[in-house]
Amino acid sequence: VIEHAVALDFLSQTGFWIGVGIIAGYYAIFTLGLQLNVGYTGLLNFGQAGFMAVGAYAMGLLVVKSGFSFWLALPVATLIAMAFGVLIGLPSLRLRADYFAIVTISFAEIIRVATTNAISITGGSNGLSGYETTWDDTSDSIQDSLATIGWGDEPALPLLLVTAVTAVILIVLLSLAQRTPWGRVLRAVREDEDAARALGKNVFSYKLQSLALGAALAAIAGYFIALDLATLFPDTFEPIFTFIGFGVLILGGLANYPGVAAGSVILWAILEGTRFIELPLVEEKVEALRFMFVGVLIILLMVFRPQGMFGKRQEMVLSE
Amino acid sequence: LEAGVATQVRGPSALDQALDWARRNPAQTAVGILALIVLALIVRYSLHDVAQASINGLVSGSYYALGAVGLTLVYGILKLTNFAHGDFLTFGAYMAFLATATWGLPLVAGILFAVATTAALGVGFEKVLWRPMRRRKAGLLQLLLISIGLAFVIRNGIQLYWGTSQRKIEANTGATVEFLDLRIGRIALFVMIAGIVVLLLVALMLRRSSLGRQMRALADNFDLAETAGIDTDRVVTATWIFAGGLAGLAGVLYATALGAFNPNTGFQLLLSLFAAVILGGIGNAYGALAGGIVLGLVQEWSTLVVAGQWKVAVGFGVLILVLIVRPQGIFGRERTL
Repeated sequence: VIEHAVALDFLSQTGFWIGVGIIAGYYAIFTLGLQLNVGYTGLLNFGQAGFMAVGAYAMGLLVVKSGFSFWLALPVATLIAMAFGVLIGLPSLRLRADYFAIVTISFAEIIRVATTNAISITGGSNGLSGYETTWDDTSDSIQDSLATIGWGDEPALPLLLVTAVTAVILIVLLSLAQRTPWGRVLRAVREDEDAARALGKNVFSYKLQSLALGAALAAIAGYFIALDLATLFPDTFEPIFTFIGFGVLILGGLANYPGVAAGSVILWAILEGTRFIELPLVEEKVEALRFMFVGVLIILLMVFRPQGMFGKRQEMVLSE
Repeated sequence: LEAGVATQVRGPSALDQALDWARRNPAQTAVGILALIVLALIVRYSLHDVAQASINGLVSGSYYALGAVGLTLVYGILKLTNFAHGDFLTFGAYMAFLATATWGLPLVAGILFAVATTAALGVGFEKVLWRPMRRRKAGLLQLLLISIGLAFVIRNGIQLYWGTSQRKIEANTGATVEFLDLRIGRIALFVMIAGIVVLLLVALMLRRSSLGRQMRALADNFDLAETAGIDTDRVVTATWIFAGGLAGLAGVLYATALGAFNPNTGFQLLLSLFAAVILGGIGNAYGALAGGIVLGLVQEWSTLVVAGQWKVAVGFGVLILVLIVRPQGIFGRERTL
């Protein structure tokens, strides 16, 4: 009897850790956009959760309300998120770094207030659902293939695999892009805008491209959240999501794409793994302890190791 | 036809001249635009509704202003975008709750206790965190992220001790004052008057006192002020006493007028405080007052046109619009850019 209980416990833990892996995966993709903006271009984008909301809701609405197929909705919603990146960037990229941070976070809040209040379109706080049927079929067929190698017992495993593969592909593509002349100009913009301009580079256009691409990455992260939660709620896209993204970013280190994945896996393994520690406290207080830990981690990193685990100190430059 | 050509040659058009005047007189232009909005609203709705919305706007504007002035002082003098400022307000509210509800002290003692403890919190973080980081020449991003980490620690520290349930500071929130058929809560009226008086005193301190002059010198050029023999550590400590104390006061008054509060109350207000600070021109105490009141008025007027839940979004929309037209804020100087 005891053996049986342990086996069940182990199974449920596998499911638990698959869930943690999915969270770490979409936080990594989300933070890749921050890495591109903050780490490589020097743009303090604090509205990443807003771009993610635009992508996720655009996908959901295109499927549910406009009858798009799921696979067509993905690229269209990504383009919509990129258009928002351009729309926000055009007026605000000329501002200095801290104003830019506040304008982008304000934009994200406008999006969240809009998704909360436009109940007839988004369902408001009742949520938006019904976009995931296509994915469910795909997930089932992946699960059938996994069953042939004996891994068919975990319903969330297909989503974890697709999230992880997507994250790896994006990391490879972004790292390659960083080695092109385009990537080098981005770094030049971060290091010394005036020098880049003196060399005839259109600094504004490069910043705009960075912001639009970052928004696309946020949108992709948003699709995985949408599939993971099966219902979209406005509260998912609170500013705290972006703040935790910054925590992942600086844990991994600035100007390093694989570091983002490492940072995300480590942070979420710690945050979720500590759920197994039995504390004589009610849930809301345990939650408070976990976020105090995130805060202390951010402070300690910035005080003692601002370049994070894998970043280089000389890349901690912001042209301001 | 010839006359038309002649006027074109004669110089800039009337529109260009008007725009140029507007650029040189931003405050008058802002007042002019607000007056036009009021007129349009009065024509479309009734004078009574617009007046009532304006009173509500002045009340919320005075919370914004009171919360914003500490933020703007710290920004102006230390160049620190303090994301933990909203949680300073929450801390003040809980300190007053501790003094009044737990220890049974009267509200005035609770307010004084909140002001003192929040000022101490500000000074404490200055000593253990901000001063060492300034010595290390920490960058903008580093300081900004530290303040976000600090915000997490304060907010969740409060949640760890008091939990997430709504708390109340006992005061008669139901009582209202009526005149000319317009209503204003008695506490709201008190908060508004207290807020405006305190802000005028702070502005007077900045302009007239020796400490105020030294603060403005640091805001202009920190290193030069230090070279000129100003005891910068002392002035910075004084700045944190003001910023923390005002945040504590704002937190108690806001929480009392709101009726109920929780660990997230201050953070939810923070973006509006940033909006007020930037609208008025960052680092400018009069600007924080003006920016807060403009933000409050515009938000409340918007409730005449669209549903009340949208007013937060309207506030941020106005912020983004103002920044596009005038990146340094209404009262900000070109140089601070």
